[in-house]
Amino acid sequence: MLVTALLSGLVLGGTYALVAMGLTLQYGIARIMNLAYGETIIAAAFLAYVLFNGLGINPVLGLLIAVPLGFVFGYLVYGLMMRPLVRRAKSRETLEIDSILATFGLLFVIQGVMLVFFGSNYTSYSYLNIGVSVLGTTIAANRLLAFALAIVLGGGLYLLLTRTLWGTALRAVAVSPTSAPLVGIDVERAARTAFAIGGALAAAGGVVISMYQTFTATAGVVFTMKALIVVIMGGVGNILGALFSGLLLGLVETFVATYVDPGLTLAATYLIFLAILLWRPAGLFGRSAR
Amino acid sequence: MTARTLLGLLVAGLVLAALAALPLFAGPYAVTLMIGMTGYVVLATAWGLFSGPTRYVSLATVAFFGIGAYTVGVFSETLPYPLVLLVAALIGLAVALVVGLSTLRLAGVYFVIFTFGLAELIRQLVTWYEVNVTGTLGRYIFLPVTPEGIYWQLLALAAATFLFSWGIGRTRWGLALKVIGDDEVVASHCGIDITRLKLALFAVSAVIITLVGAIQAPRWTYIEPSIAFNPTISFLTLIMALLGGADRLWGPLLGAIPLFLLFEWLSANFPNHYPIILGLVFIAIVFLLPKGVLAAVESRLRKGGAR
Repeated sequence: MLVTALLSGLVLGGTYALVAMGLTLQYGIARIMNLAYGETIIAAAFLAYVLFNGLGINPVLGLLIAVPLGFVFGYLVYGLMMRPLVRRAKSRETLEIDSILATFGLLFVIQGVMLVFFGSNYTSYSYLNIGVSVLGTTIAANRLLAFALAIVLGGGLYLLLTRTLWGTALRAVAVSPTSAPLVGIDVERAARTAFAIGGALAAAGGVVISMYQTFTATAGVVFTMKALIVVIMGGVGNILGALFSGLLLGLVETFVATYVDPGLTLAATYLIFLAILLWRPAGLFGRSAR
Repeated sequence: MTARTLLGLLVAGLVLAALAALPLFAGPYAVTLMIGMTGYVVLATAWGLFSGPTRYVSLATVAFFGIGAYTVGVFSETLPYPLVLLVAALIGLAVALVVGLSTLRLAGVYFVIFTFGLAELIRQLVTWYEVNVTGTLGRYIFLPVTPEGIYWQLLALAAATFLFSWGIGRTRWGLALKVIGDDEVVASHCGIDITRLKLALFAVSAVIITLVGAIQAPRWTYIEPSIAFNPTISFLTLIMALLGGADRLWGPLLGAIPLFLLFEWLSANFPNHYPIILGLVFIAIVFLLPKGVLAAVESRLRKGGAR
């Protein structure tokens, strides 16, 4: 029971971490609070479902389709919707409010489109649904694969961001958008790239989630919510913080679901959020002031 | 009180009387329409009451609306009606204080995040409680309230909301709120207790929204968490207030009436596509009229006058 909960928690947490990394890039670097983030995740989950059930393409290959699509989607959303708002904004606060409102509208558009195509039923497909024995307990192979994918994608991105000049430039924008241009960084381009990578990660997260969970067209809000809490917990713009917080949230949720009640997972998430707000609003790993 | 305010109050009173007399002449469909419209006018005005001056975007309208509606569902058979409304208002107040105390001393974005998932959290908690403790999901509301009665209650609540919103603008607190809206740092340097003022205003706004839900609840007869906590209500309230201009007394009203009619027409003619259309309308408003219709018209007039 304990080992099972631990393993499922890590699988779930790995997915949360992956998804939250994308959101922390969008919010930390592009300064866009994207409330339609969860809808991107669900759209990718539906894409994986259609590819698997309709065309027989397995989700791992589906990633090769979904991730570039997510990138292009993020790139377009930033270019068409966010850039005018960024240029118009007088301060960080006005951009924050504008982006919250615009993406809130986008949330309903994407959700509406998905409802038209797929309805509001729970959707899932069965891929690699065979038990594998790990540490004396059995766990579905698709979950192990999901965890491995999350680690590879998340770890790869982390290395890209910390070990390359390109990644360092992106992180510089997160630290100080006003001084980044002084060292020759194109802030707008960095923001656009970061937003697009966020879209790609959301798509990757959606495909990974669809492999082992059921989902509905209206489930995006909860994913956005959890990703936002993980981002705040890890400290905005902090990749490693998002990774650890994501794993932590996944573990807490699974333990609550196993030992308390599955209906109370969101309540547990909120309880953590409340504790963070009261105790360390800058995040567990964040700097104390913003 | 100047002659002009007296005249204004008189006109407002006459309009209110005319609106209250409407059910005596109009048919049942018109009353239904007026209930929905008045409900949204109150929701949008109460939303603007807090979010207009403070610029904190609250996405939790339906959390409070649903609390009101569901409380009526739970207590309608055991308590007398006025007491049910009181209990609903108190629960709404308690939730608003929890949300406000934990987020309003921080930057606005924490408040947005907290309110974003609040309705879903409360919906899941209520569902969990109903399934595990009471063993029933969904409740019937049989209250001897006529549609006219609901309409009159909403109208009275609307009048009270407008009176409060207008009255607060004429006090020290109204002035303090203006300073907060313009610059929080300046406000705190003036010795304004920002957090307490924001908290009080949020609580008032939340209680009004809770009451709208409670008053409208008997319209449903049957209620369950997914009906009471329908996110479209938060969404609609937000666009209505923004379209008119949240920081003005009459702004939310001006946004609520056309958008409510549009919504009625869309949901009757395009039941499957209206979220998409509304989302697009909403994005258009954020882009084209960021400060609302009233502000846009005013700046247009001022430009014309200067020329």
